[in-house]
Amino acid sequence: MNIEAIKSIYFFEMARMRRTLLQSVISPVITTSLYFIVFGTAIGSRIQSIEGVSYGSFITPGLIMLTLLTQCVANGSIGIYFPKFTGTIYEILSAPVAMTEILIGYVGAAASKGLIIGLIILATASFFVDIRIAHPFMMVLFLVLTAITFSLFGFIIGVWAKNFEQLNIVPMLVVPPLTFLGGSFYSIDMLPPFWQAVSHLNPVLYLVSGFRWSFYEIADVNPVISLIMIGVFLALCLSMLGWMFKTGYRLRS
Amino acid sequence: MGTRPYIAASPGNNFLAMSPYTNAVPMPPIISVQQLTKTYGNGFEALKGIDLDIERGEILALLGPNGAGKTTLISIVCGIVNPTGGKVLVGGHDVVKDFRQTRSLIGLVPQELTTDQFETVWNTVSFSRGVYGKKPNPALIEKILRELSLWKKKDNMLRELSGGMKRRVLIAKALSHEPEVLFLDEPTAGVDVSLRRDMWEVVKRLREDGVTIILTTHYIEEAEEIADRVGVINGGQLLLLQEKTGLMKQFGRKQMKLELTEKLDEIPPSLAAFSLSLSEDGMSLTHEYSHEESQDSIASLLSALTAAGIHFRDLSTRQSSLEDIFVALVEEKA
Repeated sequence: MNIEAIKSIYFFEMARMRRTLLQSVISPVITTSLYFIVFGTAIGSRIQSIEGVSYGSFITPGLIMLTLLTQCVANGSIGIYFPKFTGTIYEILSAPVAMTEILIGYVGAAASKGLIIGLIILATASFFVDIRIAHPFMMVLFLVLTAITFSLFGFIIGVWAKNFEQLNIVPMLVVPPLTFLGGSFYSIDMLPPFWQAVSHLNPVLYLVSGFRWSFYEIADVNPVISLIMIGVFLALCLSMLGWMFKTGYRLRS
Repeated sequence: MGTRPYIAASPGNNFLAMSPYTNAVPMPPIISVQQLTKTYGNGFEALKGIDLDIERGEILALLGPNGAGKTTLISIVCGIVNPTGGKVLVGGHDVVKDFRQTRSLIGLVPQELTTDQFETVWNTVSFSRGVYGKKPNPALIEKILRELSLWKKKDNMLRELSGGMKRRVLIAKALSHEPEVLFLDEPTAGVDVSLRRDMWEVVKRLREDGVTIILTTHYIEEAEEIADRVGVINGGQLLLLQEKTGLMKQFGRKQMKLELTEKLDEIPPSLAAFSLSLSEDGMSLTHEYSHEESQDSIASLLSALTAAGIHFRDLSTRQSSLEDIFVALVEEKA
């Protein structure tokens, strides 16, 4: 195991976050605060509480998930795409590092950034609404597993993408609709039966539901199923990456 | 495809006998490329069965036009590109199976000026050492930066540097993990004279430390200046691999030009035995000869000239360069 290499890649990536502090930390915090002001306070005050939880508190886990998913996919993909784009990837590919070590470095950094931002948003939310966490351990587990899984997913996109448009398509066009329609801002019980059934095809529903359960013990789907779904998605990403590394797909071809 | 394009064994031309890297006990080659092929996804056959042994401590120049396969060859040895067929051993280890051992031995300076624009010189060079699995060593990084005249720029961001400075940074990165083999892919493309000097100084120092250096170039003067051996690649095949001075001897032609004091109308019959040609204005004679032809041919020509009453006011000789040889070779095979 080339620990030095993992450390180098990890801290190199984290240093980039420090350098782009405004863009990578401040901007998601401001965006989320706006959501709280608009949905939580302005509109939310006119919405009745859901299963005993005020609307502002209800949407907090979904908002954290929205940012976590977007950030992890974006950071996970840019981390590997950027060296591919500039050409500096030659160095990582010619270094005595296994692909798994490269993966740990990049995905570790992307997941760390996502987690840091997620926790900052949680802290920010506590200024606007009442937050209680019923199952802190489960909350952290959901957070960490989601961060890792979606950073891996981002890494796959980063290897696959041939240009910036392809790179942005998933974080910009796929993640937000899935999150918005995955029960971040409502309970799917509020939907007609048909749309409830459709919602169950949305992977983000399981993440948001499980994560919200760890806060308020209210869930659209059984939290165990949520965990299983994250596990399935994690396994899918890992086997996809296994195939990519074995064939050298778009990296060593 | 099976025959090794290796001409060094021709008589009187044994490079091992005169090279500085001669050893009493033959050392295994540091790099051994065997029947290497590469076909890219789009069907392009970049390498068509390359065989090449690189000796420890030598400077090998790989010459070839653009698209000849030089960079693909280097990329496979360094582990950036997967080979289609054949194998490569570095220090006796397979580059695919034992990539950790082989890649640790190699430093690569790529052709393109690819840098992390927003990083500082110090960070990017330290990063390189780290990804090669070596513990931080600020003293060594400082030494490398000083040798490459980068020390004053160590806190500058890479985007603030000129092209030549970036090239130096790439060299510093490649040296940061103390490699035993250094690949320089087109190191002097777009580089000014002073950097070129500096670079050859570094190359010479590394060579004294026993580092094996492989450089690709299409500036033939470079190969002529510093290489021990020269390989010529074109169309994915190694056309020739030979010790440089032997190559020059075998293929190099010499010319002697005599500026005459008086106009000559024709070459006198007494000089017909020499390969002479008279210029149109009759004011100069050119004698062509090869390295093999001994010096006495010139001495006897000069005395024959005196005997014929032909006097000259100036004399110059010219030797065909590696470039002439290269052009001849590439055109011949094309």
